[in-house]
Amino acid sequence: MNYLMSAATGFCGAMLLFTAASLAPAQAQDEAVDWEDKPYIVEDGKVDYGTYNGFRRYHNTCHTCHGPDGMGSTFAPALVNSLKDMSYADFAATVANGRSSSGASGNSVMPAFGDNVDVMLYIDHIYAYLKARADDAVGRGRPDRIDPENDPVFQEWQANQ
Amino acid sequence: MGMEDMKKFGLMAACSVLALAATTSLATANDELVEMQQNAKNWVMQLGNYSATRYSELEEINKDNVGDLQVAWSFSTGVLRGHEGGPLVIDGVMYVHTPFPNKVFALDLNDNGRIIWRYEPEQDPNVIPVMCCDTVNRGVAYGDGKIILHQADTNVVALDAKTGEELWKTQNGDPSKGETGTMSPLIAGDKVLVGNSGGEFGVQGHMTAYNLETGEQEWRAYSVGPDDQILLDPENTTHLGEPVGENSSVDTWEGDQWQLGGGTVWGWVSYDPELNLVYYGSGNPGTWNPAQRPGDNRWSMTIFARDLDTGVAKWVYQMTPHDEWDYDGVNENILVDMEIDGEQRKVLFHPDRNGFAYTLDRETGELLVAAKYDPAVNWATEVVMNEDDEQYGRPQVVAEYSTAQNGVDVNSEGICPAALGTKDQQPSAYSPETGLFYIPTNHVCMDYEPFQVSYTAGQPYVGATLSMYPAPDSHGGMGNFIAWDAAAGEIVWSVEEPFSVWSGALATAGDIVFYGTLEGYLKAVDMETGEELYRFKTPSGIIGNVNTYEHDGKQYVAVLSGIGGWAGIGLAAGLTEGTDGLGAVGAYQSLSDYTQLGGQLTVFSLPSE
Ligand code: HEC
Repeated sequence: MNYLMSAATGFCGAMLLFTAASLAPAQAQDEAVDWEDKPYIVEDGKVDYGTYNGFRRYHNTCHTCHGPDGMGSTFAPALVNSLKDMSYADFAATVANGRSSSGASGNSVMPAFGDNVDVMLYIDHIYAYLKARADDAVGRGRPDRIDPENDPVFQEWQANQ
Repeated sequence: MGMEDMKKFGLMAACSVLALAATTSLATANDELVEMQQNAKNWVMQLGNYSATRYSELEEINKDNVGDLQVAWSFSTGVLRGHEGGPLVIDGVMYVHTPFPNKVFALDLNDNGRIIWRYEPEQDPNVIPVMCCDTVNRGVAYGDGKIILHQADTNVVALDAKTGEELWKTQNGDPSKGETGTMSPLIAGDKVLVGNSGGEFGVQGHMTAYNLETGEQEWRAYSVGPDDQILLDPENTTHLGEPVGENSSVDTWEGDQWQLGGGTVWGWVSYDPELNLVYYGSGNPGTWNPAQRPGDNRWSMTIFARDLDTGVAKWVYQMTPHDEWDYDGVNENILVDMEIDGEQRKVLFHPDRNGFAYTLDRETGELLVAAKYDPAVNWATEVVMNEDDEQYGRPQVVAEYSTAQNGVDVNSEGICPAALGTKDQQPSAYSPETGLFYIPTNHVCMDYEPFQVSYTAGQPYVGATLSMYPAPDSHGGMGNFIAWDAAAGEIVWSVEEPFSVWSGALATAGDIVFYGTLEGYLKAVDMETGEELYRFKTPSGIIGNVNTYEHDGKQYVAVLSGIGGWAGIGLAAGLTEGTDGLGAVGAYQSLSDYTQLGGQLTVFSLPSE
């Protein structure tokens, strides 16, 4: 719960900042790209560190319910669909606070990850990965990484550690 | 129990071993169940009998007429999650259980399955998300007029088999720390044996014996920890013929890591009434990142042979020291007598998740055979069988597939089997006629990347990313159903399946073997050849275990459908395509194209003349 306030928004702030500062030069100057809409970089089929780490963290914690590659399962919805029109704030709040409903298939419970550092520290990365999946910018399976030297996201991430 | 109590208790337990040695079976054998398990008309325990053979002497349905099998009746459980385990049948009443919310129904076989009573526990739905792979439950147990239910929230409840009235209830673990209940209890003597789940949450695994009459705890044996918690006797408990010595578990962990050490007990228990020993295996060590837990991590991944009365282990055998792949050691232990190298032995057979099938002497724990039961298995070359070798009993890990040697943040590719194991808990069958084991298997490989994780109570404690795909350079499917010669360590025949076989097998004196498939087929095959003789598509994928019983002079075969469990989650959308060049065929085969959720019991019989 509290991580959402401290860690996640903290990071989110950092990431938004970074969007303006270092991602923008990689894009055409006049084309303002909102991080929330496109939180990932895909170049020649390779992804930035955030998206890559999001793949790893997703498959550490989320895939046991949401299935491999965000494809959904008998247990929980396909996040490749959910992220098509879910805002970052809704996403982060759902992950931090959890959610539940009950319907024909019984109780459906999404756990709260608010005090799980392994999730909340990387919430932006998980978002980036799932968003890239939802936009079909990244396929199934393990994505290849952009060379760390040329990866602004990795540079920024390292600088922040 | 506090630390001090545990210590005292441990000592007392150790003393009573000596005292009881002379009198064992007389004092405790529950003669009723020992008798009942031999009556083929009933199905009194999940694995058919104490030896866990899932074999029935009924032969009305046989090789020649099984092709005529029909659905006799069916029953909807009203629950849509993964249905593991199966119903019990005792003297005209069938007991059917469901996954969370863990309902139990008693059905009257004399009255077309009318519901005699039903039981639905009140459970906090917050236990759902701490159950790693769906809210499965592997079935109820019967003993002394009681039905024992092990709920998701770890409550163990005794119900009056006649009325469904609650007789006692006791809490076996703490769900707020991620401890949950999925395994089916075994009733042996006057005890209910039950373990905990939660290996992905850093819990400390345990097996506990409760008194069948009162529900009081009689002993608890952890899998990892100090000697007085694990109930190992340094001098008299052996590992591969040698005394385990003092601190045999904690010395194989760094610092206090054993407290998050896993070794949960969520598989099957078998029992030898003559030796008065119970057998079961422990699961993976805590966190899937091996770098965070240097050492052998004893006694995770271990088969335990424990004295029923005291819980003290007579012998242990660790199959996968310092796990690097999530190869839990919880699969069934089948107790049979067979000739090995010209000598008649009382053996224990255990087809492990790690892809080796082990045959041990169940009296002494001596390792007799360890052989791969899927040729795809590649993470180890062999298990060393030479007693004089310092590697005796240990798998010889292949560096390329060692996620520990390759290190943190490195993706190790092409490891076979995948974390699902060459088989998971889905129990095998054994036929005394052919002397063969019939094993439902997975044929799936993986890439595995471990990384650093932190522990938070009640939160997943995993630390690895996996991608799974059908075994490369093979038939493209994700499963096989095999016949296995455990004395020779050889596959006799193998049926290729498009999906993992996640259903428990049944062998019968009708010379046939039954199993279910994830698409929902109930299949019957010829015991000698594997040739398919019958198939019927039930409404949902089968991860339950096939049973048989006789009622009013007629043989029935029963199975629960209801896709879910780890299989339902991993395969619903199809597996990830393998790494380029590995040649995975048939990847992306999507189970959701074949079947939907739905809990249903289907009962089969031959048409009446
Ligand atoms: C224990 C199972 C489980 C785990 C683990 C899990 N989820 Fe969920 N999640 C669910 C279920 C069930 C729902 C649907 C809840 C409902 O019915 O409201 C859900 C819903 C969601 C939603 C809303 C989807 C929508 O369409 O509205 C998001 C976003 C989400 N999960 C993200 C995640 C992320 C990210 C992780 C990993 C950090 C994760 N979940 C881990 C079970 C799980």
